[in-house]
Amino acid sequence: MTTTVAATAAVARDTSQVRRRRRLSPGRRLPAARLVGPVLLLALWAAASAAGRLDPAAVPAPWTVVRTGVHLWTAGTLPTDILTSLRRAASGFAIGLAAGVLLALAAGLSRAGEALIDGTVNLNRAIPTLGLIPLFILWLGIGESFKVAIIAIVVYIPIYLNTHAALAGIDHRYVELAEVQGLSRFAFVRQIVIPGALPGFFVGLRLGVTGSWLGLVVLEQINATSGLGYLMFQAQNYGQSDVILVGLVVYGVFGLVSDSAVRLVERRVLSWRRTLSS
Amino acid sequence: MAPHTEQLTRPAVRLRGLTRSFGGRTVLDGIDLDIPAGQFVALLGHSGSGKSTLLRAVAGLDHEVVGSGQLTAPDRVSVVFQDARLLPWRRVLDNVLLGTDGEEKGREALEEVGLKGRERAWPSELSGGEAQRAALARSLVREPELLLADEPFGALDALTRIRMHALLRQLWKRHQPSVLLVTHDVDEAVVLADRVLVLEHGRIGLDLTIERERSREEYRVRLLAALGVTAEVG
Repeated sequence: MTTTVAATAAVARDTSQVRRRRRLSPGRRLPAARLVGPVLLLALWAAASAAGRLDPAAVPAPWTVVRTGVHLWTAGTLPTDILTSLRRAASGFAIGLAAGVLLALAAGLSRAGEALIDGTVNLNRAIPTLGLIPLFILWLGIGESFKVAIIAIVVYIPIYLNTHAALAGIDHRYVELAEVQGLSRFAFVRQIVIPGALPGFFVGLRLGVTGSWLGLVVLEQINATSGLGYLMFQAQNYGQSDVILVGLVVYGVFGLVSDSAVRLVERRVLSWRRTLSS
Repeated sequence: MAPHTEQLTRPAVRLRGLTRSFGGRTVLDGIDLDIPAGQFVALLGHSGSGKSTLLRAVAGLDHEVVGSGQLTAPDRVSVVFQDARLLPWRRVLDNVLLGTDGEEKGREALEEVGLKGRERAWPSELSGGEAQRAALARSLVREPELLLADEPFGALDALTRIRMHALLRQLWKRHQPSVLLVTHDVDEAVVLADRVLVLEHGRIGLDLTIERERSREEYRVRLLAALGVTAEVG
């Protein structure tokens, strides 16, 4: 009896009587999927250079860029330029991060704070930050402080907006639970408000990190006397496209490394979410 | 079965003329109610009859609700909601200990509800029944004198619900808190409670003491009639 059942089941499978539904999701991910595109692009670039199809003055070969990079690193000013740029981005980012989080907490946890802060920040957001550069140069001079200030503004806005939205969106049922469990205001903030707002905060953090590099690039290419952007600006004057490409590669590496670092921290801190997405 | 008589003399919950209204509509219309210490009371009613409003009033959760009347409730009150309401970012044991400390007590409470070994699990890894067990453990840890439960098994499947009924009854016998259970399920009320109240038009329309020896069917019919359900199918 059982064998017949098994046999018919096997036949049914062979003739595909149970029709599978058409799959609408894109299916399983390719291994190292995110690298495929960039690697292909690099290969094309190298192939075109090797075949002599690219003007070396406009687009130098990949190996020329690498050689220039090594030369600038060992014999040139590249290490100091990188250090200068990193310091600017880091100070601006740190200030922006602190300001964004503190303002979001103040606006999210008290009605007075909300009334004072939220509208003001949104007003600030409506003004393109890079448009503030001339004014900031007048106020702070053309030294380091105005650059750090601009980067801080670019960073704090997305961090504030996302953290504040997450704070405001905390499930009311959890607030009720905290009341029932007799939590103090401090315990409520620490155990419910902050963990509940962390996912939103990380969205803001990643936007902020990207923003800090964006601000840096603009500032260094227009108003700098040192740093990576300055190096590239000088190279433009002397027609050194390989040096410009070295600068771009370094910026790219900065962006990629910092974004991955934030994502790593996010995965660690929000480990409770992994069970949901898997 | 019934709690000792000396406990019954001291009411745990005392309501006098409790009135609550929302947007001009009176939901509770002068409720008088005494719940003796250790009594298991079920509160039945149609949806919108005010049963949750009554429970939330006793729990002290009705901020910004217009109302009057006297209300006395014990200091140690626990609430179990319809959803387990576990914080997704805390492990099960830390959820049980929310607002209290004493890890050992938390572990004991989890063992009592049959979740020993799941202390380190995330809430998202629990089934609906397990999550509600964890919520029960969280309410037990505080050693409540009064346990308020707002349709705690409403979201569970029928089989899980039967097991949870047995568990709740067992926990109640062991810890002897007063219980106010809000439900719309007549069978649940009769199976669990010693006393069933039917709320209608903001007042207590029926106050029925359940004697375990007598047939449940009889109570069931009476309660259904009080709720306006008369036509039996079949």
